[in-house]
Amino acid sequence: MNLESIPLQAFLIVSSVLFCIGIWGLLNSRNAVRVLMSIELMLNAVNINLMAFSSYIDNNLIQGQVFAIFVITVAAAEAAVGLAILLSLYRNRVTVDMESFNLLKW
Amino acid sequence: MSIAITTQFICFTVLSLVVIIGALGVVLLESIVYSAFLLGGVFMSVAGLYLLLNASFVAAAQVLVYVGAVNVLIIFAIMLVNKKEDLKPINDIKSRRIISTSICLTLLSLLIRVDLTNVWSLSSPQNSIGEESTIRIGEHLFSDYLLPFEVASVLLLMAMIGAIVLARRDVMSQDISTGLPVDQELIEKSSEPLLTNKN
Repeated sequence: MNLESIPLQAFLIVSSVLFCIGIWGLLNSRNAVRVLMSIELMLNAVNINLMAFSSYIDNNLIQGQVFAIFVITVAAAEAAVGLAILLSLYRNRVTVDMESFNLLKW
Repeated sequence: MSIAITTQFICFTVLSLVVIIGALGVVLLESIVYSAFLLGGVFMSVAGLYLLLNASFVAAAQVLVYVGAVNVLIIFAIMLVNKKEDLKPINDIKSRRIISTSICLTLLSLLIRVDLTNVWSLSSPQNSIGEESTIRIGEHLFSDYLLPFEVASVLLLMAMIGAIVLARRDVMSQDISTGLPVDQELIEKSSEPLLTNKN
């Protein structure tokens, strides 16, 4: 191997795989907590993408890192509100099964 | 970064394997508690990937916010709602699995194709800011990203108040059987679930 650094594509492929695993978990989980965990996985994949681009393409201004910090902030807020919604759902339905949350089903 | 390139490759391989296998474990494992702890491992490895990308500040923020706050919050939520329940079987579970898996694999192949075929305009490593990235992030946050920074603080305040309002349990002001006022600081009366046994 006579490369001088890790190629950008390696980071992008890792983040693509992580994002698709997150989507699969989001679609297939029965437990509502696991759905929230899948969303966190997808947000992390996006963050890896932002950080890789900021390091390889914008390595002087590093605006991608600032964006990643904002994404982390929003993810923290999302986790707090999501788990609060989950708790009040659990209090009303006494289950965390995603199939039973069908009040808005057509 | 001043680590030898072979070391960087080894670190990258190990970290990405941990990320991908851990993420698979998060979505596939039967026990939700194992999933939550694996999620912590995935977050730590992502922080390691950030360190490989010369971003020490974001790596520290990742460890503090994700491992220290989000993961702990998820584990607390699991402890609060972790009840053994027999899930109702779904009739068309097999076709659902097939459809969702094929959608995910199609999306994955599309993304990987874009990653590999696109010509990225890489900037030269000479003007890289390297280890000074924390200073540059501070400059950004207090000059051209000042407004988003302040809006983020408002967002966090809103999320905090919203979480409290949503998760609060209605507490009765007086005891039903005796009529005496209840010490509200410690006692929580559980109310009847509103929507149970509807279907």
